[in-house]
Amino acid sequence: MDLNPDRRGDAAELIREETKVKCVVWDLDQTIWDGILLEDKRVTLRGEVLEVIRKLDERGILQSIASKNDADAAMAKLEELGIQEYFLYPQISWGSKSEAIKNIASLININPNTIAFIDDQPFEREEVEFSLPQVRCIAAEDMNLILERADMTPRFITEDSQLRRSMYMTDRVRKEEEQHFSGTKEEFLATLNMVFGIYPAGEGDLQRAEELTLRTHQLNATGYTYSYQELDEFRKSDRHRLWVSELEDKYGTYGKIGIALVECSEEVWTLKLLLMSCRVMSRGVGSIMLNFIMNEAHKSGCKLWAEFVENSVNRMMYITYKFAGFQEVGKNGDILILENDLTSIQPFPDYVKVTCSE
Amino acid sequence: MADMKTDIRQFLSRYVKNQDIQDDEDIFSSGIVNSLFAMQLVMFLETRFNIRITNQEMNLDNFKSINSIATTVDRLLA
Repeated sequence: MDLNPDRRGDAAELIREETKVKCVVWDLDQTIWDGILLEDKRVTLRGEVLEVIRKLDERGILQSIASKNDADAAMAKLEELGIQEYFLYPQISWGSKSEAIKNIASLININPNTIAFIDDQPFEREEVEFSLPQVRCIAAEDMNLILERADMTPRFITEDSQLRRSMYMTDRVRKEEEQHFSGTKEEFLATLNMVFGIYPAGEGDLQRAEELTLRTHQLNATGYTYSYQELDEFRKSDRHRLWVSELEDKYGTYGKIGIALVECSEEVWTLKLLLMSCRVMSRGVGSIMLNFIMNEAHKSGCKLWAEFVENSVNRMMYITYKFAGFQEVGKNGDILILENDLTSIQPFPDYVKVTCSE
Repeated sequence: MADMKTDIRQFLSRYVKNQDIQDDEDIFSSGIVNSLFAMQLVMFLETRFNIRITNQEMNLDNFKSINSIATTVDRLLA
């Protein structure tokens, strides 16, 4: 494929997108509000804070809190100020801020290198910079610059970015319910009434598809990134198939969570991209799209190959391929080529309803 | 080996509805093979038995029943 100047610009833009901030972690005293809550119960929001919080939320950037405070008093204050709903897994305790940020990263299931931390105290920023150098630390006094930053400005604001916070919120409810559930994992999943939909990508899916190629690392078989324009060409091309999947359950939708791209020749289908959002990692739906494609390849009478490029976090995808019966048949630089002889295709799990459309 | 099988059975009982799995029963025939379960099985075996399951060992046949899992772990421990 020729790289015209436009495309090159696009590629540079895509690389920058990979390092975008997914979650902003706020300090409270002298950062979100003026004053120190323990000394003065009547603290008020700082000048531009509300605007910044709302705009980040609209952009699909998650937000949380790392504050040394009395947790009950601080949460009550956030509620009184009407901003409590914006924060996922607030960490309010007397522990270190770097520990708080590690907890947030693990609870949301994101890499700390996608977190930005805002605090007025140089000491706290230095502590975080020392323990977690990959976290971007921002002084509270630079708050007015936050919305202008390139790493906090996504290329597209998709339906999914707007839903992101509420999806993580409902996920918390699911986790709590799962902890109190006494049966097996399989029985718990059956209580969720999941519906998994697979359909060919339409034009309206492409922004989200591009976003998924950039944001997804753990459940991503190759890590290839494609721009909107490239994906649009695949969608229209006879030599490619591009599918999108979505998931919903009794608590609501998870949005568009997966993509698969297949390159088709007369005899061989090659899976170039198979990825799924980490948001659905614990839902037991990771093999469904793969099984669907195995069925489609079988129907078309073609061989099925899949490419796999190892990174430090995507071992689960390798396991997914191998447990679905793929075998390594070749290597091309960093790219492993796997083949499935399609003699045995697992049925879809019975705890989820799968709908496919042509 | 008997202890190992008990550990494996205990792990499986947290995931699978069938609470009476035979040693030679194909655990993947029920459609439970999903990436989550596979990953957690691999993580469980690696942590519990302090082994590393290599790419070469990562084949469905090596994990399809309690017997085959125990044989695989045994081989990696040797």
